[in-house]
Amino acid sequence: MAALIEAHDLVKTYRMGEETIHALAGVSFTVERGAYMAIIGPSGSGKSTLMNVLGGLDKPSGGALTIDGADMRALDDSGLAAFRNRTIGFVFQSFNLLPRLTALQNVELPMIYAGTDRRTRRERASMLLERVGLGARKGHRPTQLSGGQQQRVAIARALANGPALVLADEPTGALDTATTADILQLFGELNAEGATIVLVTHEPDVAAATRRVIEMRDGAIVADRGARAA
Amino acid sequence: MMTPGDLVATAARALRGNPLRSALTALGVIIGVASVVAMVALGRGAQERVQSSIASLGSNLVIVVPGAQRSGGVFLAQGATNTLTVADAEAIAREIDGIAAVAPSQRSGAQLVGQGVNWNTRVEGVTPPYLEVRDWKIAQGRMFDDREARQARKVVVLGQTVVDNMFPNVEPIGQRIRLSGGAYEVIGVLESKGQSGMGQDQDDIALAPLQTVKRRVAGRQGRADTVTSISIKAVSEEAVERVQEDVTALLRQRHRIQEGEADDFTVQNLNSIAATAQETTATFTTLIAAISAVSLLVGGIGIMNIMLVSVTERTREIGLRKALGARKGDILRQFGLEAVVLSCAGGVVGLVIGSLAAWGLTTAIDLPLLLGLDTGLIALGFSAAVGVIFGAYPAWRAAQLDPIEALRRE
Repeated sequence: MAALIEAHDLVKTYRMGEETIHALAGVSFTVERGAYMAIIGPSGSGKSTLMNVLGGLDKPSGGALTIDGADMRALDDSGLAAFRNRTIGFVFQSFNLLPRLTALQNVELPMIYAGTDRRTRRERASMLLERVGLGARKGHRPTQLSGGQQQRVAIARALANGPALVLADEPTGALDTATTADILQLFGELNAEGATIVLVTHEPDVAAATRRVIEMRDGAIVADRGARAA
Repeated sequence: MMTPGDLVATAARALRGNPLRSALTALGVIIGVASVVAMVALGRGAQERVQSSIASLGSNLVIVVPGAQRSGGVFLAQGATNTLTVADAEAIAREIDGIAAVAPSQRSGAQLVGQGVNWNTRVEGVTPPYLEVRDWKIAQGRMFDDREARQARKVVVLGQTVVDNMFPNVEPIGQRIRLSGGAYEVIGVLESKGQSGMGQDQDDIALAPLQTVKRRVAGRQGRADTVTSISIKAVSEEAVERVQEDVTALLRQRHRIQEGEADDFTVQNLNSIAATAQETTATFTTLIAAISAVSLLVGGIGIMNIMLVSVTERTREIGLRKALGARKGDILRQFGLEAVVLSCAGGVVGLVIGSLAAWGLTTAIDLPLLLGLDTGLIALGFSAAVGVIFGAYPAWRAAQLDPIEALRRE
């Protein structure tokens, strides 16, 4: 079976007025299914750009990128939307839950766009909330939940359509140390259950919880530790 | 792709989230739809009123009046000369087909005195068929018969207004009244007809035999044989036009009017007057409705304004939905539907308010209330269209948002 992510000489450039910025300047790597890894680097290193490209939010300007068998440069707008819906599960630093929806409804959201029927949606969202330890808070709104609980809802939402890849962008950036440990433990468990998880972070402590760390600087990979162990 | 059910639920939830704003936004459409509905109902009521009052003059009625010239449907100086005669009326009855009844009449104003009350009214000298021609019925007592008419008896049949004013508490039949120096017996009371299309009280009238009026009330007016009008009832609606033409031809011949010369009489066809009045009121209704529709337009602009604000406020939500797999079409439909739901809800409320307003107004000014299913459907159709048209641009803006930019926005 082919690797989940195959990136070859990825380039992403932006025009900013007169200047051309090379956010990604030729990045190549592969990620196997079942990996648990982190992409680290200071701000401006290109790690966010890499995450956007891996998540199908942005298209690379050059190079080749295949994720779960899909050629990312060939997908059009609605193809990318379908890709994000089915293949990727996003977890954000600021949780990004919709405030007027309950925890259960928030988890249902990706399944709504997948066209899943109501009953299946309810059952699966309910099951996922129980899995992340929020079985008793399904009817709560985000404002009635703590930061850690909100992030657990967001993680349940990321898993809703059974994605091939969970992409977490600074998932513990807004959490205290104890809660950070809980969330990282949850990621560890989910990985053990088969989920492929990529964390983007600038905190070495968080990265240390994973089995592989890609370090970026100025749009290029400067270190790739622990790839063998994956 | 979102299912329609989820789409509606999402839109409804977003609107419920900010009820005051949603209500105020819908208010523009509410006012617009309400005023269109009320104005159209009012216009139709007026139209119906004009129609029924014209019909109340008598159905299939053709009226001949002396003098006057006709210019493109406008009557000029009618009744200026006395050229019509009782003999003309008799000739029409005798020689023209398709006529149900003919009634010559002599109109005159006079003072009625009785029971210590003075009442100035219109005295119409007629023959018994007058009632049939004018579709008028006797409410009480009887009409004078042919013999009484021939003998020029001093009897009167009064209109309801005259009775109300002269005999408010007394049984009118059998009462005596004085009219132009003579004593008359009241033998009948006419059924009420209400106002005419021109606002004239049709019940302010006294009917007396034609010969009586000619001799005793209007004796000095013109030649002894003349009348002020001849009313003709055609047998059917189809016959009206032909009767009108035949009467014109017959009277031209009888009055020895040469080819190329103008008629010295005017033949009015009530059906064509009704059609003209119908057209006029319909045009007026359309005009008022069009003016009201402007407020609907303003309501639509209000919706667009608020939807644009909403899209800006919910940029992060849009970004998130896109990250989770919403296509452009999903976002477009979500925000478009919000606008449509908003304007349709406004349309329903406006329809209710407009109907109540129409009811109140028509009751206040005594018009028939005409609210059809079509009015409701048109109002709702228009408000839905307003939602689609004015919601399209904000929804398009939302759909075009770049998810990365949108998620970064605070």
